[in-house]
Amino acid sequence: MSLETYFDFVILPILTISVLLVFIRLFKGPSIVDRVMALDLIITIGIGIITVYSIRQEQEVLLDVAIILALIAFLGTIAFSYYIEKQKDD
Amino acid sequence: MIDLILAILSTVGALSILFASIGVLRMPDFYLRLSVTVKASTLGVGLLLICAAIMFPDDISATTKSIAIIFFLILTAPIAAHMIGKAAYFIGTPLWKGTVVDELKGMYNKETHCLESDPAKADKNAEEHIAHTEDATD
Repeated sequence: MSLETYFDFVILPILTISVLLVFIRLFKGPSIVDRVMALDLIITIGIGIITVYSIRQEQEVLLDVAIILALIAFLGTIAFSYYIEKQKDD
Repeated sequence: MIDLILAILSTVGALSILFASIGVLRMPDFYLRLSVTVKASTLGVGLLLICAAIMFPDDISATTKSIAIIFFLILTAPIAAHMIGKAAYFIGTPLWKGTVVDELKGMYNKETHCLESDPAKADKNAEEHIAHTEDATD
């Protein structure tokens, strides 16, 4: 089995199943912090999927998208936690 | 040989991401889910990015980008987890019923969002803060 087939038929399906499992947690909740954390994890797994895709297509330009996604995940989580902490004051 | 190394690294990475997502789905409360998420997913994505760094050997920029993403993830994932865990404790997310010890109980000042080492002192500071704000409003 060549490495390309291995990436296509083993690694990418595992990552897809992981995203689906985390999406169930995003859907179920039960509190808002669970949803924020699940969103963060989905974006982190998305970085992994983009990496595997860029290996498969031999397009290293796609790694730029991974950098931007990592930034957005971090800033989004920080902003969500900042405003969740503030909301009880009012 | 390179193919074997790539296969091993990507398998370990993908499996740790899978275990992270199973843990997120099945752990009983928010704090356990958080502790699973950060460590395992950072390890998994880091290993996949090391694969990408090995895969493009003739291109310096791809390797540099991969290492930069790994560094950024290792740097920011614990900070984000700390912030969201603090916010969750503050809005009163319930702990698991099997939790043995809650060392933060009563230590947070609900008014000023400050952490004190002594619960009584936290209450006293809250009262002072309320008195101070009342003085300011008079």
